[in-house]
Amino acid sequence: MHTKSLTELAHGLRSGEFSSVELTQHFLKRIKQHQDLNAYITVTEETALQNAIVADARIANGQSTALTGIPIAQKDIFCTLDIKTSCGSKILDNFIAPYNATVVEKFNLAGAVLLGKLNMDEFAMGSSNETSYYGAVKNPWNINTVPGGSSGGSGAAVAARLAACATGTDTGGSIRQPAAHCGITGLKPTYGRVSRYGMIAYASSLDQGGPMARSAEDVAILLQTMAGFDPKDSTSVDLSVPDYSAGLNNPLAGLKIGLPKEFFSNDLNSDMAATLETAINEYRKLGAEVKEVSMPNLRLAIPAYYVIAPAECSANLSRFDGVRFGYRCENPVDLTDLYTRSRGEGFGKEVKRRILMGTYALSTGYYDAYYVKAQKIRRLISDDFKMALTEVDVIMGPVTPTPAFGIGEKIADPIEMYLSDIYTIAINLAGLPALSIPAGFINGLPVGLQIIGNYFSEDRLLNIAHQYQQVTDWHQHTPKGFE
Amino acid sequence: MEWETVIGLEIHTQLATQSKIFSGASTAYGAEPNTQACAVDLGLPGVLPVLNEETVRLAVIFGMAIEAHIAPYSVFARKNYFYPDLPKGYQISQMDHPIVGQGHLDIEVEGVTKRIGITRAHLEEDAGKSLHESFHGLTGIDLNRAGTPLLEIVSEPDMRSAKEAVAYMRKLYELVRYLGICDGNMQEGSFRCDANVSVRPKGQSTFGTRAEIKNINSFKFVEKAINHEVERQIELIENGGKVVQETRLYDSVKDETRSMRSKEEANDYRYFPDPDLLPVLIDEAFKAQIKAHLPELPQAKKLRFKTDYQLDEESATILTTSRPLADYFEATLKASQSEPRLCANWITGDLSAALNKAGLEITDSPISDERLAGLLKRISDNTISGKIAKQVFEVLWQSPATADEIIAEQGLKQITDTGAIEAIIDKIIADNQGQVEQYRSGKDKVFAFFVGQVMKEMKGKANPAEVNKLLKNKLQG
Amino acid sequence: MSLTANDVTQIAHLARLGIDKQDIDSYAKDLSGILDLMTQMSELNTDHVDPMAHPMDQVQRLRVDTISEPNNREKFMSIAPQTEAGLYLVPKVIE
Repeated sequence: MHTKSLTELAHGLRSGEFSSVELTQHFLKRIKQHQDLNAYITVTEETALQNAIVADARIANGQSTALTGIPIAQKDIFCTLDIKTSCGSKILDNFIAPYNATVVEKFNLAGAVLLGKLNMDEFAMGSSNETSYYGAVKNPWNINTVPGGSSGGSGAAVAARLAACATGTDTGGSIRQPAAHCGITGLKPTYGRVSRYGMIAYASSLDQGGPMARSAEDVAILLQTMAGFDPKDSTSVDLSVPDYSAGLNNPLAGLKIGLPKEFFSNDLNSDMAATLETAINEYRKLGAEVKEVSMPNLRLAIPAYYVIAPAECSANLSRFDGVRFGYRCENPVDLTDLYTRSRGEGFGKEVKRRILMGTYALSTGYYDAYYVKAQKIRRLISDDFKMALTEVDVIMGPVTPTPAFGIGEKIADPIEMYLSDIYTIAINLAGLPALSIPAGFINGLPVGLQIIGNYFSEDRLLNIAHQYQQVTDWHQHTPKGFE
Repeated sequence: MEWETVIGLEIHTQLATQSKIFSGASTAYGAEPNTQACAVDLGLPGVLPVLNEETVRLAVIFGMAIEAHIAPYSVFARKNYFYPDLPKGYQISQMDHPIVGQGHLDIEVEGVTKRIGITRAHLEEDAGKSLHESFHGLTGIDLNRAGTPLLEIVSEPDMRSAKEAVAYMRKLYELVRYLGICDGNMQEGSFRCDANVSVRPKGQSTFGTRAEIKNINSFKFVEKAINHEVERQIELIENGGKVVQETRLYDSVKDETRSMRSKEEANDYRYFPDPDLLPVLIDEAFKAQIKAHLPELPQAKKLRFKTDYQLDEESATILTTSRPLADYFEATLKASQSEPRLCANWITGDLSAALNKAGLEITDSPISDERLAGLLKRISDNTISGKIAKQVFEVLWQSPATADEIIAEQGLKQITDTGAIEAIIDKIIADNQGQVEQYRSGKDKVFAFFVGQVMKEMKGKANPAEVNKLLKNKLQG
Repeated sequence: MSLTANDVTQIAHLARLGIDKQDIDSYAKDLSGILDLMTQMSELNTDHVDPMAHPMDQVQRLRVDTISEPNNREKFMSIAPQTEAGLYLVPKVIE
């Protein structure tokens, strides 16, 4: 059952081939079997079975949606009512969310089954899942390597078939990078497409929730449920949601693909370059035209991002103060002690590093040199994309500089770690949608191809990804031991 | 040395909305602690702010009333600091792009009008409250007030005395109540003032170092706090000391200001645009819509009362200091169709005195505009005399009856039947021949005696003008 | 650009962030390295560029002024570290 696509699962449920309870039990069993991957922080067995019973009744009444009875897992950044929501942090280890995120609410309405909450880098700050308070997640393709981050639990769970599909969030590549490292399909939608309400904020102007699944076809089904205007989120865009599955089969003849020369410089590992070239050739065969584009300011994306994201996070994380929820230090002697120790003991090293960085960048005397400057560069990068997207329909490139690296390999050197986001970060600065699809393997580890589109062109991106997945089978591969 | 005082005020006005500035929780005062603090107000992980439309409307109304520039583009920023009554660790406020720009307010002190500049007014959220009564030596936090909309109105350092500062504060207070943007309940903290005070030798053009006195919540205390602070600064400088820029707290019990060292340590608020909120755009259509419904401002209303109703300066001023009072006047006038000055006199005279005595506002008046109009109608059509009217007024105050009911019930209707009055006069003349002689020999003063006698006999119900006329004829024989 | 241990201590205080004494130097080193990365930004002249705060050129939407949130104190307080009489408790606040 775990090898079926979402469409096949929905069909199986409706035809009575299996029930949602059976399907749920099957996934719960797999989760137990593969606990060593550390993909889940919380498994909500009871909730899942209750959801499944309700879903079976709903299916029997003929009131099912595409996701009714389908077992999914949520990144532990989305608040789930009466269920622990840790955000991968000790400071929220005791936090039982008193409300549902809009995304969670939408899945509930659709009748999906909640298997549990997925591991992640602490507060989504990381590119390897090693910053989680709950320990590193292992990549099912090679358990000595990282699954990517910050949605590493999501990437590993989908790749290892420990959930039919999952949610993730992407602030600088946190959906696309684990999708690439785990050989699955992950979409970061346009900023404002998916509600941020109830999604614990890292960097508010960059954060965006999105779906992670095996194929573009599955991702389209998930996005259909996740996307849409939310009056509770001021940055949510009030625009109608198209039918994401309707155009999947549109032909690609005449599609104009741009390859930024800055992405394909000599710095790119030759194996990666060769793998991507093969993938792009498939598109040529499908009738696409490929041309080079240039985005000169892309090289400044990393410094701009590592000012803006920490600055926003330094304020976003001030609410974790040991007063109303979350971790409080023992026997605080005064207020300053309460704050300093609760936060000092509750946050991990990478989170502290970013809070310090952000606090510094916003402080008197440095605000203009760092924060304002970074925002100006953000505009230049955004303009580069806008310009390029007048010449081509989509931009393609790598997701990561290399396939998954080893656990422990980069964690000691934050800058080395930051540079692994070099191909994904600029897209968040511009707010554009982008997805990662499996495009081959290097030494048995999956490689992702990134497809970047114009604002609100998710339907087009999914169509382009789906057409590739009709002529290749990279997305069908399953890691050994998880078949 | 002669010293000059320089004062600028920052006034926090709670805007009169139903719900909070960024959440749907109630702003009503006095609820059980934390029962009006929703997920957004508590700053729970994942929550987001959405701006309340009414706060924007009220801020624009204020801006128009002080003839300020209304920013077509304004931005919310985060002001970062840690304090237990500030749930998110930052306050959402406005920094570089406030909603209301430069404006002004004219004040009058000892008959002289002075224009006070208003630098800006911006929207922000209020913090919660710390309750210091002992919970085993701990402080309790109530976040009901967190997220209540505030308009912070910042003046230029244009005031030169505590008196001017109080006049400005009062004028502003009247204005925000007039505009209906603030309920003005100072005990509940709806209108709070921080004063920036400095002194400098007279003639010096640069400002001295200022101290900020926080949270002064009454007009009386503003004057006292400023005067105290000015004395402290002068004494300090004259003794060779230096004023340090700091935040001070006014202690109304000890009548002194003292340094708030706890809030002093290296504050760096790290303002930056709040990424959860987008720029607020105010277009001409929005402004036009507000302008069309803008209430008449006190100054314009006063002028209109003087020209349209021929009221004197004093009556016009009194009637226009509060909008409910002005509305009461105009409603009474309309319903009674009486002479405006008569109407004004009754409201500024008897009614105001009675309200004052009872400690009531015009909005709580036991005599509605309609019932007062009923009384004025009967004065105007000579049904009752002014003197009887006062009697009727007393009853109106006590009972729900109308003036007509009271007049009928107590038989107070004025007698205008000349025959009846003549009969009484004839009787009185006959009974008081001595006084008649005196009058006829030129002692005019005796006339009043006859009037008094007639009125007494008629229990005050005779029309005095009629009595005068008839009496004169009869006495002259 | 490099930060000293003292700088780190000050920033940590501003952020009310306890950091272990033995880690201060490593934070100073990491942050200095990150700041070096930032200096690349100054290579570019951005005098005539408008800062970009949001990815989308959108305008703030306004909410109608109605009360939509009922009292949910019990639920919210059930997850708090220390409460009494409907209040959140913290160490004594001195003014």
